[in-house]
Amino acid sequence: MKQTILILTLLFTYGSYAQKTEKKLKTSTTFLSVKGVCKMCKNRIEKTALKNKGVKYASWNLQSKELHLIYNPNKANKSDISKSILSIGHDVDTLKATETAYQKLHACCKYRADSTH
Amino acid sequence: MKKIMQSLLLLIPLFSISQESLRGVIETTNSQKEHIGLPGVSVHWLNTSVGVTTNKKGRFQIPYTPKNKKLIISYIGYKTDTIDIKNTQELQLLLEENISLDEVQVHNKKKATSISFLTATNSIKISENELLKAACCNLSESFETNPSIDVNYSNALSGNKEIKMLGLTSPYLLITQENIPSVRGASQAYGMNFIPGTWIKSIQLTKGIGSVVNGFESISGQINAELRKPKTDHPFFINLFSSMSGRMEANTYMNQKISENWSTGLYLHGNKRKTKIDHNKDGFLDAPLAEQINFMNRWQYINPTSGWVSFIDVKYLTDDKQLGDVSFKPKKDKSTQFEEEDTYGAEVNTKRFEAATKLGYVFKDKPYQNFGIQTAFSTHDQNAYFGKNTYNIKHESVYINTVFQSIIESTQHKFKTGLNFSYDRYNELIDTYYDYTYSGNSSERSFGSFFEYTYDNLDNFTLVAGVRVDAHNLIGTFVTPRLHLRYEPWEQGVLKAAVGSGKRVSHIFAENQKIFASSRKISFLNDESVDDLKPESAWNYGLTYLHHFEILENQGTVALDFYRTHFSNQIIVDYETPEKVSFYNLSGESIANSFQIETAFEWIQNFEIRLAYKYLDVKEAYQDRVRQKPLQPKHRYFANFAYETPQNQQQAFWKFDATYNWIGSQRIPNTHGELPLNSKGYNLVNMQVSHIFSPNFEIYLGGENLTGKTQKTTILGADTPFGTNFDTTVIYAPIVGRTFYGGIRYKI
Repeated sequence: MKQTILILTLLFTYGSYAQKTEKKLKTSTTFLSVKGVCKMCKNRIEKTALKNKGVKYASWNLQSKELHLIYNPNKANKSDISKSILSIGHDVDTLKATETAYQKLHACCKYRADSTH
Repeated sequence: MKKIMQSLLLLIPLFSISQESLRGVIETTNSQKEHIGLPGVSVHWLNTSVGVTTNKKGRFQIPYTPKNKKLIISYIGYKTDTIDIKNTQELQLLLEENISLDEVQVHNKKKATSISFLTATNSIKISENELLKAACCNLSESFETNPSIDVNYSNALSGNKEIKMLGLTSPYLLITQENIPSVRGASQAYGMNFIPGTWIKSIQLTKGIGSVVNGFESISGQINAELRKPKTDHPFFINLFSSMSGRMEANTYMNQKISENWSTGLYLHGNKRKTKIDHNKDGFLDAPLAEQINFMNRWQYINPTSGWVSFIDVKYLTDDKQLGDVSFKPKKDKSTQFEEEDTYGAEVNTKRFEAATKLGYVFKDKPYQNFGIQTAFSTHDQNAYFGKNTYNIKHESVYINTVFQSIIESTQHKFKTGLNFSYDRYNELIDTYYDYTYSGNSSERSFGSFFEYTYDNLDNFTLVAGVRVDAHNLIGTFVTPRLHLRYEPWEQGVLKAAVGSGKRVSHIFAENQKIFASSRKISFLNDESVDDLKPESAWNYGLTYLHHFEILENQGTVALDFYRTHFSNQIIVDYETPEKVSFYNLSGESIANSFQIETAFEWIQNFEIRLAYKYLDVKEAYQDRVRQKPLQPKHRYFANFAYETPQNQQQAFWKFDATYNWIGSQRIPNTHGELPLNSKGYNLVNMQVSHIFSPNFEIYLGGENLTGKTQKTTILGADTPFGTNFDTTVIYAPIVGRTFYGGIRYKI
């Protein structure tokens, strides 16, 4: 019985911890249009977005090319996140990644029409 | 969320005053068959220069005048569509992928079997396509084209197949159906035959220790079968199968959408064998006469706006088997066989009921946070006799598991936590010809909690650390730690390591039912009884290396893994003395080492090759000394060749599949010299040809055991089944020789 109570208390504290952090921090949700073609792109885009401090969640949809972002606006902003994704060679919304960054992408990730596949 | 937005958008035109433009949304279906907006689609009026492209949500707005009548919608890789426009009503259009683009198809082709490079566990996904390669038809037969699992006959009478992973039999595996423990306790012997293959969408194999989320029982691995989902699966499917060994099967299911949120499916399976076969002329049926009816009703609820999802399943089955002498007639001979000792017969009759629910909630605006609760209830009622031995078992089980999943700061740090409860009640009756009787009620209760933390460095390292604490009425209170690591030393390679412990309570009679189909006497050590057997406990260590390579622009993988299972206690099932089977606690060493190397690659387009070699060294301490586990080959070679012809205009094509196995020598327990001490290695070949006439209809034909290798003497003492040396438990090679089978599949 003691064990049960202990476990329940433990779980309870986890629950309330999660709630508390939620109240203190504001979160913003945004969608960016990010160019890419494959699962490798997905992995790279999401990880790069997450490396920005304050980004809580990043999920890129291969079909819609939409990057779903949830972040803390006090710590991160949309333009920094966009820049970080541009720097690894993926176009974001109307911004184009530099040719040098683009050329560094793996062969299967070359999404621009004119490049050789 | 998207759905609401879309429906809201549909309403907008009603309120807008401007009637000069046409709005709409262009959608496509993703792999989950959900409709999603398609960005960048070109939309223009026929014979005009007026055109726009869709935005990132797939929406567009184009100027409209009544003279514009035809709207052209085009997008690379999709069929170009022309639509007649009569008014400015909001347009919603689903674009279909263009099938004639062969290149796109080939690149998107899903692998039938794939080893996961991304998870921290060593997991292999067996897809629907791979399942089609198996001759037939249930979970136990789904692994014939997979080298990680060894499949063999458990005994000469029941035709039942037993599976092993890392050299350990199925009780050491956690077998789950959508993550609910399913083949355990009373269903351990035959339970895998109770999950029809056509109901399975995919199977996930995890080698080595699994996650703490699903309990403490898994030791050598986990097999999870995902069933078909009524919302996304075919509305109708039928499969008919017949084999030369007299087995017939029918599988059918129907899925229907009931409302916006609810879908339901009816699943039916029946199998029958009425033909008596005795190719080896020992007077006994090579495969049992059998009849199974298996029914499931599945309900699926999805509400994307509220975030709730649910499944409700109800399943019922009856399974009857008749084994033994070819001339045995249960009604007439059952009562007389005891007195007259003439015809030996056996029957195994099972009824099983299962009900399960799953309820999940995804938090609004927090896609990374969710909560789930699973509940399952089952009753299993098996009545069996084997000659003069009777074995009945009833098993009732309740299982509840809750999981809460969220993140700490960001998805770089994820966690899962929850509680689970399980209750099992067993009622067993054993009555043997040599007067060993057992009649017992036992119950097991366990209550546990777990916490699993996942760390991802967003570059090349993942860690999954889990711990659970369980209070079990027979094992006591104990901690189960498990750790998985994944590291990418370079771009093409992934290294994985796993370590963890597992515990379980053995049900010696249910797990070793084959002993009743022999004259072997159940025995324990001096003045011990079944109550002196302790819970089993083991540590499992694993190391895996996966490597991607390319030959001639075709992709391939190499997988190397090594596992070691070290038991601190185990119930030794000792067949070393011919007339008896002894059960006792391990005193000494019990270690199973497993090494496997496997490669899979596309040799030429549409021609896939998989090759594997496996080494198993399984040692157990018997009363006198440590020995190799009997009936366990040390070496196994495996090869699978799969070829598909290109699809023609009607999407018709052929599929060819061949599997080759070389099963190495096995140690045979002492049989008073009736069988050799070691078996010889042998070859096994299976082949299958399918012709897919259209996406709706296909025919398949296959041959099993084409080299016709069989074990000469499968039943020891077949002439005197009521004598003391009757034994059907020593099986190291197939019982049934070359067989052919065929079937059809039709779906809408």
